[in-house]
Amino acid sequence: MMSKTSDALSRRRFLGYAGTMAGVAAFAASCKKNDDPMPDYGVDLGSGDIGILNYAFALEQLEAAFYMQVAMTPFSGITPAENALLTDIRDHEIAHREFFKTALGANAITTLEFNFSAINFSSRDSVLATAKAFEDLGVSAYNGAGKLIANPDYLTLAGKIVSVEARHAAYIRDLISNGSFADNSVIDANGLDTSRMPAEVLSAASAYIRTKINGSRLPQ
Amino acid sequence: MQFNNIIKEIAATDPEFPGRVHSRRSAMREFAGLGARISLAAMPLFIGSVFKKAYAQPSMGPVLEILNYALTLEYLESEFYATAITKGTALIPAGPATNAIQTISNHEAAHVSFLKMAITASGGVPVSKPNFDFTAKGTFGDVFTNYATFLAVAQTFEDTGVRAYKGRAAELVKGGDLLTAALNIHSVEARHAAHIRQMRKNNGFGDVKPWITGKDSGIGSVVQASYDGEDNTSQAGVNIVNINGQAISAAAASEAFDEGLSKDQVLAIVSPFFVS
Repeated sequence: MMSKTSDALSRRRFLGYAGTMAGVAAFAASCKKNDDPMPDYGVDLGSGDIGILNYAFALEQLEAAFYMQVAMTPFSGITPAENALLTDIRDHEIAHREFFKTALGANAITTLEFNFSAINFSSRDSVLATAKAFEDLGVSAYNGAGKLIANPDYLTLAGKIVSVEARHAAYIRDLISNGSFADNSVIDANGLDTSRMPAEVLSAASAYIRTKINGSRLPQ
Repeated sequence: MQFNNIIKEIAATDPEFPGRVHSRRSAMREFAGLGARISLAAMPLFIGSVFKKAYAQPSMGPVLEILNYALTLEYLESEFYATAITKGTALIPAGPATNAIQTISNHEAAHVSFLKMAITASGGVPVSKPNFDFTAKGTFGDVFTNYATFLAVAQTFEDTGVRAYKGRAAELVKGGDLLTAALNIHSVEARHAAHIRQMRKNNGFGDVKPWITGKDSGIGSVVQASYDGEDNTSQAGVNIVNINGQAISAAAASEAFDEGLSKDQVLAIVSPFFVS
């Protein structure tokens, strides 16, 4: 019962902060209104930490949708061990997606629509290549966005997720080619993983996302 | 004078405060111009902005301490793998296993060099390499002669490394490039952990997945401290189990988020590996 109370409190604190940010965003939007009508720039992720959380939410929606399809239509020749661990990954991504959705509450962006037409879900190569691209992209996205986060609690949360994405990336890479879990296509000579800024990540992800996403107000 | 008292009060509870605002005198100068430049109503905002400026950036002292903390852990990992490599096929099977350990060893050595450089560039002095005892005072006596023991210790080091970086990342908030570098090391350790765990699984040394399920080490009670708290299933007050009607088990909820470890927890875990 103790923990329930403190959970509710920290939840309220999280949402309270989110509420404040929404107010600022609404104010900024209303100021803009007087200038000229806004053209449709797509789903606005927002600004500040809320923008970054929505950015993460968008990427988790993408990953969850992909692995849901992978689990529904397993590629030919999938082994029971692969099926089990890919299903694990699906559940992790759904957990991430739903966590952001709940935590963001009224500030959460809408449910996105995806375009997986370039992926052959019955082909092991096609599925694993896409999974590898998504996982490496996700790791680099969290790594790059870390310095844009202002609230230490959110930074900690992002850290709790990114290492799980890195575990996924390593596993998928090893399925494609054993030993490629951290090869020099992702790790540099200093032993550092890749970072990517939101503009680059959103551009790379846009091939798979039918809904237009506007990240123009994200922190730089 | 009121503002002087405010600063004295703050300095009493936070001795580093004057340093945070560059110097007491410059802080006073910032406050002294208030009347002329800022209306009374705006004062709380202004004071808030001075404090925000003072506290938003981590000052170099704590940052250097964190970097040296990271360096100490990287020394441990680097020497561990370098020693293992010298044992050759007496310890690690030739082929993919040796290649993987060599890859990880190279990364840990690179982390040591990188952190030394970062600390020096930040005006600090890198700590020197401690002397290590990888048997942990005899607990892992065959660590360099028994492949299973070696991989078990490797898994513990990697999973602990992930948790150690994670546990202190928040102290580097707004840390810019240094934070990014720490995050970039952090995810490499997680990639290592996933691979080592698969090596253990594939050799029948432990029933583990690339991710941590509950607080299960797949090794035994001797390394339990490295895994305690990993069974957390609630994040920021949000319960992840069956969240929003999705079928998310407690195992999946714990796997989906890695948990941080405090400095004291990490030091307690690794201290048996230091020659004291």
